[in-house]
Amino acid sequence: MIETHPTLAQQEFIEKEKLHRRNVRVWRTMLLVLLLSLWELCARLGMINDFIFSSPSRVTACFLNMVVDKSIFMHIGVTVMETLISFALVTISGLLIAVLLWSSRSVSEVLEPYLVMLNSLPKSALAPILIVWLGNNIKTIIVASISVAVFGCIMTLHTGFSQVDPDMIKLIYSLGGKKKDVLFKVLLPGSVPLIISNTKVNIGLCLVGVIIGEFLAANKGLGYLIIYGSQVFQMDLVVMSIVILCIVSAILYQGIALLEKKIKF
Amino acid sequence: MKPKLEVRGISYSYHSLEGETLALSNISFTADNGEFLAIVGPSGCGKSTLLSLLSGLLVPDEGEILIDGVSQAKSGVNIGYMLQRDHLFEWRTIMGNAELGLEIQKKRNKSSKEKLHQMLHTYGLGSFEQAKPSELSGGMRQRAALVRTLALEPDLLLLDEPFSALDYQTRLSVCDDISSIIKSTHKTAILITHDLSEAISVADRVIVLTSRPGKIKAIVPISFGGDDIRPLTRRNMPEFSVYFNQVWKELQNHD
Repeated sequence: MIETHPTLAQQEFIEKEKLHRRNVRVWRTMLLVLLLSLWELCARLGMINDFIFSSPSRVTACFLNMVVDKSIFMHIGVTVMETLISFALVTISGLLIAVLLWSSRSVSEVLEPYLVMLNSLPKSALAPILIVWLGNNIKTIIVASISVAVFGCIMTLHTGFSQVDPDMIKLIYSLGGKKKDVLFKVLLPGSVPLIISNTKVNIGLCLVGVIIGEFLAANKGLGYLIIYGSQVFQMDLVVMSIVILCIVSAILYQGIALLEKKIKF
Repeated sequence: MKPKLEVRGISYSYHSLEGETLALSNISFTADNGEFLAIVGPSGCGKSTLLSLLSGLLVPDEGEILIDGVSQAKSGVNIGYMLQRDHLFEWRTIMGNAELGLEIQKKRNKSSKEKLHQMLHTYGLGSFEQAKPSELSGGMRQRAALVRTLALEPDLLLLDEPFSALDYQTRLSVCDDISSIIKSTHKTAILITHDLSEAISVADRVIVLTSRPGKIKAIVPISFGGDDIRPLTRRNMPEFSVYFNQVWKELQNHD
C-alpha cells in the first residue's frame, strides 16, 4: 500500500464491506437463535412430543447433569483420543504408502484396482467383521476409523505426487541427483500444501470412522452415548451427543486450519 | 587442440506401444573450449532430446558423445543444464535455491557458501539472498537459476530455450545479460532456441536441424569481428540481417 490516505471511494467501499460482514454475522446468529427458540416453543406448547424430539432446555439440563458427575468429559475425551490416534496413523501410513506407490510404477499399477475398490467400499460393512476379528474394544474402533480414511488419503497423495512437474524432476537429475533427492527436495516439500489439505479431510473422516466403531464396539465415547441413548429412549442424551460431536469436529478442523496457516509459505 | 565436446553420429528413438519415433539421426558436431553454439530448428526436431543426450539424462542408441576426449558417461564432468522455466522452488530462499546442486552433490561448505554469496552479489541478487522466488522479477529469477547452474562449476552449459518463458522485452535484456555472463566465464555453452535472432545474437556458430527426424542441415559460423560484442549490439549491426537471411534460407529449403 503506497497510499497513506485512502480516497473517499475506498473508504466507502471498506464501510460497505464491513457492513456486509456484520450483517452476515448477525443473520447467522439470529438463525440459530430462531431455530432454537422455535424448537423450544413447539416443545413447550406440546406441538411436538419432547420425549421423542427433546428440546434445547432438556438437552442443556442433560449436559449440566453430566458435567456435574463429570462423565461427559470422559466420553468426549475417549472419542477425541481415538480420533487423534487414528488420524496420526492414517496420516503417517497414508504418506508412507503413497511414497511407496510413487517410487515403483509396478507396485502402484498392481495395487491400483484394489485401492479403488477398497476406497469405494462402504467401510461400515467392515465393522461387524472387525468386531469378530479384533474384539469389542478400542482396537476395532481405531481400525474402523483408519479404514474409513486411509484409502482416500493414499489415492489423493499418490495422484498429487504423480502430478509434480516433470521438469522439476529433470532439474534434480541434471544437478546430479538421484530418486531420493527428487523425493526429499521436490516431492515432499512441494506437496506440503496438498498434504495439509488432505489432513483436513482425514480428520473429519477419522471422526466418522470412530463414531461407526463406537456404535458397535464401545462402552464409552460419544458414539456409544448416541446408540445407548436411542436404545433406552433417552433422546436428550442422543441430541446432546450430536451437538457435542458438531462442536468437536469443528474444533478439530479449526486446529488443522491453524496449523496450515503456520506452515504456509 | 582437442575439442571440448565431440558428438559422433548419434541417433535416438522414442518408443511407445504405438510405435517407434526416430527423433535424431546421425548427428555429429564439435564445440571448442569457450565456444557458444546455438541449435535452431523447427519444433519437434529433437532439439531438447539432443540436450538430454548431451547431459547424460538419456543414452544415445548409436554414436558417442565425447567430452574432453572421454566418453560422456565416464568423463564425470559437471554439466550445467538450464531449463525453459527457472523452476526455482518456492519453499526455498534464493540462496537455498542457488545451493540446491551443491546440496545434492554434498559439496556444500563454508567456502562454497561464500562463493555463492559473491556470485549472487555480482549478478545483482545480493539483497535478495533471503527472498522467496515469487518476490523476484522474471529476469532476476532466470539469473538466480543461472547462479544455481554455475554454482557446480560446470564445464559445459546446456541452455534449453531458457528465455522463452519471458515476455519479449525482458527476454532481450535477459538474453543479453545471461549470455554476457556466460561469455565472461569462458564456459562452453550450447543454446537451443527456435528464435533465429536470439541464436544469431549470441552464438559463434549456429547449427540448423531439419524437422523429424532431426538431422544437421547446416552449420553457419557467425562472426561479428570481436568476441566482446554484446547480443543487443549485434542485433544492430549490418551483418546481422545477412546471417539472419542465411539461417532462414537453410531452415526454409527442404530437400
